[in-house]
Amino acid sequence: MNNYLLKHLQELESESIYIMREVFSQFENPVILFSGGKDSIVLTHLARKAFWPAKIPFPLLHIDTGHNFPETLTYRDWMVNEIGARLIIGSVQNSIDLGRTKEESGLNASRNALQTITLLDAITEHKFDACLGGARRDEEKARAKERIFSHRDEFGQWNPKNQRPELWNLFNGNKLLDEHFRVFPISNWTEMDVWQYILAENISLPSLYFAHEREVFERNKTLLSVSPYLTLREGEKAIKKVVRYRTCGDMTITGAIESEAETLEEIIIEVAASRLTERGNREDDKRSETSMEDRKKQGYF
Amino acid sequence: MNNESYLNMELLRFTTAGSVDDGKSTLIGRLLYDSKSIFQDQLESITKISNRKGLDHLDLSLLTDGLKDEREQGITIEVAYRYFATPKRKFIIADTPGHIQYTRNMVTGASTANVALILIDARKGVIEQTYRHSFIASLLQIPHLIVCVNKMDLVNYEEEVFNTIVTNYKNFASKLDVKDICFIPISALNGDNVVNRSSNMNWYEGSTLMYTLENMHIGSDQNHLDPRFPVQTIIRPHSNEFHDHRAYAGRIEGGVFRKGEEVLLLPSGLKSKINSIYYGDKEISEAFPPMSVSMTLCDEIDISRGDIFVKQNNQPNASQDLEVMFCWLNQSPLNLSGKYLLKHTTNSVRAIFKEIIYKLDIQTISRNEMDKEIVSNDIFRAKIRTTKPLFFDPYRKNRNTGSLILIDEITNETLAAGMIV
Ligand SMILES: Nc1nc2c(ncn2[C@@H]2O[C@H](COP(=O)(O)OP(=O)(O)O)[C@@H](O)[C@H]2O)c(=O)[nH]1
Repeated sequence: MNNYLLKHLQELESESIYIMREVFSQFENPVILFSGGKDSIVLTHLARKAFWPAKIPFPLLHIDTGHNFPETLTYRDWMVNEIGARLIIGSVQNSIDLGRTKEESGLNASRNALQTITLLDAITEHKFDACLGGARRDEEKARAKERIFSHRDEFGQWNPKNQRPELWNLFNGNKLLDEHFRVFPISNWTEMDVWQYILAENISLPSLYFAHEREVFERNKTLLSVSPYLTLREGEKAIKKVVRYRTCGDMTITGAIESEAETLEEIIIEVAASRLTERGNREDDKRSETSMEDRKKQGYF
Repeated sequence: MNNESYLNMELLRFTTAGSVDDGKSTLIGRLLYDSKSIFQDQLESITKISNRKGLDHLDLSLLTDGLKDEREQGITIEVAYRYFATPKRKFIIADTPGHIQYTRNMVTGASTANVALILIDARKGVIEQTYRHSFIASLLQIPHLIVCVNKMDLVNYEEEVFNTIVTNYKNFASKLDVKDICFIPISALNGDNVVNRSSNMNWYEGSTLMYTLENMHIGSDQNHLDPRFPVQTIIRPHSNEFHDHRAYAGRIEGGVFRKGEEVLLLPSGLKSKINSIYYGDKEISEAFPPMSVSMTLCDEIDISRGDIFVKQNNQPNASQDLEVMFCWLNQSPLNLSGKYLLKHTTNSVRAIFKEIIYKLDIQTISRNEMDKEIVSNDIFRAKIRTTKPLFFDPYRKNRNTGSLILIDEITNETLAAGMIV
């Protein structure tokens, strides 16, 4: 019976589809957290497969910091139209205007942490009880311990010390009113798995991921894109370089890498040879050893 | 690695068990490090901390120490998952701590594992914890055990020491329900026999740990004999193109299902034929575990979540009265007069305890029929009754249709893991 053994990407795919269908069955009002990055794109692709030939039974929620790469927004609108999904936008600018949150000040200010307020507000407003996210456990230390069905209290907070044990494939999504779950169907995928899957399934991506010419400048050893949101400081100089991105966060914090990789095949070769984690280029994770864990406890993605 | 071979890789999940300081974190760090699964920035971060701690070597165990509180206390508390890959296989490690809450954590990590790595400190030999860990691995029916005798460098790499430990272990293991055990002498610290063959132990003729993990036969770990397909949800597109499409979505939990075959639907007892099987949007001719598929039938039958597709000549047990081995996971003790929510495959029912048959003293692996107080980390056998019949197989026969969890109706916490006898 040796031929009845799945290849590893299929096994991961089947697991993710199983989780999506559990979310559909166990919750009333789930939503996909869609960032426009490759992980949430793969997540959406898996959702299509899970419910094919029906449409994805979840809307997409995009938390728009106002500092997005224009390429991300173009892709988002194209994709939503392509699959006929409902898009809900939570605007960080709105949260700031309403006085719900305050812009950070100081040298390395970003809107990354502010997203948490907007996200939690959107969850309350739309009464979402499960938010599907594209986080993976190989990304970051704190994520390595998080459950696939991850419980959030009525304040949206994660308690790493009191997580429900998760056994076999029996997922416990039971909760009290006003609590919700974050669910991570691709928890067990690695960055390489995601890239290989994108290639195998021929999934289209925002152009940011591929090598292109761009005006950038160096700050804290990170190549940041010239944009209306950042002012060059003394000694910083904008230069044209051929670069691409490994993740797509805010323009203010996401570092580009110098790369000539123009196709998925070339990207995969580059990822395989890379000696840096993909989050290594993100300012938000560099703040301290435990910055991700601290943000997650507050209700971050 | 080219794309072709990446698409051909298999997936192996393993869990690790050992007592504190047996070298579990170091071993995992070593597997990651020697298989080149560590990135430059991670390496820099652990180098920095190793220096700060005044160590003269790289503390590989830092790679797997997860959350802040734990890093501060210098211990691992929770189950954490790690990933690495070689050209042959992708590995998922459920890294579980060896001390506090060890039963609960190990049971959790073991539930999905193909392999358990049991660590033994060569200087200490087989100790009580080794028995416990191996017993849990056997209880959870992990198909393969690899016993790593670690810190061989501290016993001068002596064959004698290794052989004595193997003999002692085998004596005890004959009482366990484990099909496949192997033994490897290693030094996690120096890397002997982990990824690279050791020149310090030429007397050892077996494979390295990595080679063993890459090559062991996992093709029979799933049940391919007894067809089981619990329905998760129903897909009804309501579109013009797929007007009458009505597919039953779920994961194959046992056996093989083929297009055109007759299936029996439980609990209704009705029969129908499989009209089509879909994997995503592709039609396929057969499906096996653990594939997530959707199936259409030739007849219109009322089917809902929790129903199961089986074969007429191969039916699961059906009963409201079950005998179950439980591991109690929650801080609050079992309340014998309480009602509990029970999840089994895609079914949710309520359950009550009828009788605690015995509690297992896992220090001595003996039965205690007098003590009925069940608290966190206890393993016990009990009779329960459910509000409606469950369709199940003994856990020994099928881990997917033989496992269940209990949930507190008020706090919603997961209280216990159960394996149907
Ligand atoms: N000499 C020697 N020391 C080891 C070996 N493996 C681990 N250690 C040391 O044993 C101690 C405990 O190791 P650690 O990996 O933290 O153990 P854990 O508690 O099982 O995770 C550390 O000081 C390690 O450096 C080994 O093979 N040889």
